Amino acid sequence: MAATVPQSPAAARARAVARRPLGKRLRTIGFHTGASALSLLWFLPIALILVISFRSTDDVLGNGLNALPHSFAPGNYSSAWSGGGMQQALINSAIVSIPAVALTLLLASMAAYALSRYRIPLRRTLILVMLGGNLLPPQILLVPVAKLSQVLGLYDSLPVLIAVEVGFGLGFYVFVLQGFMRTIPDEIQQAALLDGAGAFQIYWRIILPLTRPALAALCALSFTWVFNDLLWPITVLVTQSKMPVTPALLGLQGQYVSYWNVIAAGSVIAAIPTVAVFLRFQRHFIAGLNLGAVK
Amino acid sequence: MTVAPTEARPGTAALRAAVRPRRPRKGGPVRPSPLIIGFVLVPLLVEAVSVFWPAIQGFYISLTHWNGVNPPTFAGFDNYRRMFGDPVFHKALENTALWLVLFGGLSAAGGLGCAMFLQRERRGIAIYRAAMFLPVVFSLTATALMWQTLYQPNGMVNGLLSGIGLGGWQHAWLANSSTALYAQIVPALWREIGYVMVLYLAGLKGIDPALYEAAKVDGASAWQQFRHVTLPQLRSVNAVVVSVIIIDSLRSFDVVWSLTQGGPYNSSQLLSTYMYQTAFVNTDFGYGCALAVAIFVLAFGVIVSYLIRAFKESD
Repeated sequence: MAATVPQSPAAARARAVARRPLGKRLRTIGFHTGASALSLLWFLPIALILVISFRSTDDVLGNGLNALPHSFAPGNYSSAWSGGGMQQALINSAIVSIPAVALTLLLASMAAYALSRYRIPLRRTLILVMLGGNLLPPQILLVPVAKLSQVLGLYDSLPVLIAVEVGFGLGFYVFVLQGFMRTIPDEIQQAALLDGAGAFQIYWRIILPLTRPALAALCALSFTWVFNDLLWPITVLVTQSKMPVTPALLGLQGQYVSYWNVIAAGSVIAAIPTVAVFLRFQRHFIAGLNLGAVK
Repeated sequence: MTVAPTEARPGTAALRAAVRPRRPRKGGPVRPSPLIIGFVLVPLLVEAVSVFWPAIQGFYISLTHWNGVNPPTFAGFDNYRRMFGDPVFHKALENTALWLVLFGGLSAAGGLGCAMFLQRERRGIAIYRAAMFLPVVFSLTATALMWQTLYQPNGMVNGLLSGIGLGGWQHAWLANSSTALYAQIVPALWREIGYVMVLYLAGLKGIDPALYEAAKVDGASAWQQFRHVTLPQLRSVNAVVVSVIIIDSLRSFDVVWSLTQGGPYNSSQLLSTYMYQTAFVNTDFGYGCALAVAIFVLAFGVIVSYLIRAFKESD
């Protein structure tokens, strides 16, 4: 009927309304283009490093760092792994991070349990003092901790590194966990008391299992913190073969000067464990970061 | 809006809700038993030995001359007087301030921008967010070494510049004393923006969509919505981001120590790297601790405001 009618403003508007899904689709395409470009830009350095880590030294020196690969040299990884000491470094990191995370969370959950479920005198002050200790710039502690560990005969040993990582992180975890535990209803504890459970049983059998989501988040978070730390290991350790991954990477950098392919391989090895934890526990990890932000 | 913003990932939402205590408890059950007192005292003792006691000693050592071989001799405020005349200290202070402003400002703006851009739940969004977030899990040292390769004279950065016709801007980025500091802020930013984005994403999820609807009804433009709805609603997240950024930039030792150790000619020296170098390379422990106290003084305001917020919260 209206097929031959010349375009009126009303008809144009009607067409525009009919076409809106197209405009929406264009906006979606625009969004995905922008977001892909941004993501690619962010990922570009990683991609380039991955490529370089598989190129032979002759290829990198001859064709330049930006050239397309003309070689495939997974041997860079074995150079970094055994020659560069990354294997020993990963073992050292495991020896330090796993007990450090476990001990931190155990001690922090004990303190958090007592401070959140019982009437402790000066409760708030204690929590804030512990949190305040965690916020101190670590620089103020470096010299005294190095000296203290020498006096105790523990200097240049992995246990002292574990102790420092535990002590320095503790306050933050106590703060987060006690906030979480305070929201567990009192009735649960009262019921357990009536059933004759002691304070320890309530902690171990009731409160800790209920705190699991927060513990999982903090576990993922604190593993990456301890694993990635540089300052404490280079302060309390001197022997190169005792260094965990992060400082060992600097050793590798000094050992393979200008071998960008081996340094790239070492960086990739150093990044794999935390990337694995992130991918496996992504949800906990993100939750942990948001927990970390005191609101 | 296809997705209600209350549909945060269940874990995140539960945790966020749970961490915020609802009401003060009217006293817990019964008097604490010896076991419970032990539960508090053991962690407190661990922290006292590894943090509080060393911190007090650190302040004391800053008042002494000490090379680690001879016993320390009391020096009063000598080390602090020395700071005023020390050009490297001035440079490090200036660089730390610059780092704070550039690194802090750009990571807050970039993180907020990315969060707003990637805010809506839609197909593929998880991949984009993961790409932005991936560098956050790398250690700063690994990040620094990756970028060291990219900054080589024939590396990616110069390659990209000549690719877009800016070949004249090519530099030996890390070896040049006028670019070394700025070149090192970039990897730190690359890693921090994803972190700040995550904080802002959580904040944006918490904004009631009815506020935007109301603003639209009142004819507010996109900018006005951002200025008068989004920003005020993000106030508490902003406070968190500011303290995280300040604490992180005062701690950003790893990048500079891995790449230039403050060089060339102290041009990229930060307070944290200068402190470490003074104490552990030059074994001047007294002056090193005085520099650490200077860092503490700078961080003090942030620490106190963070604690005040925490105090209000644990009410």
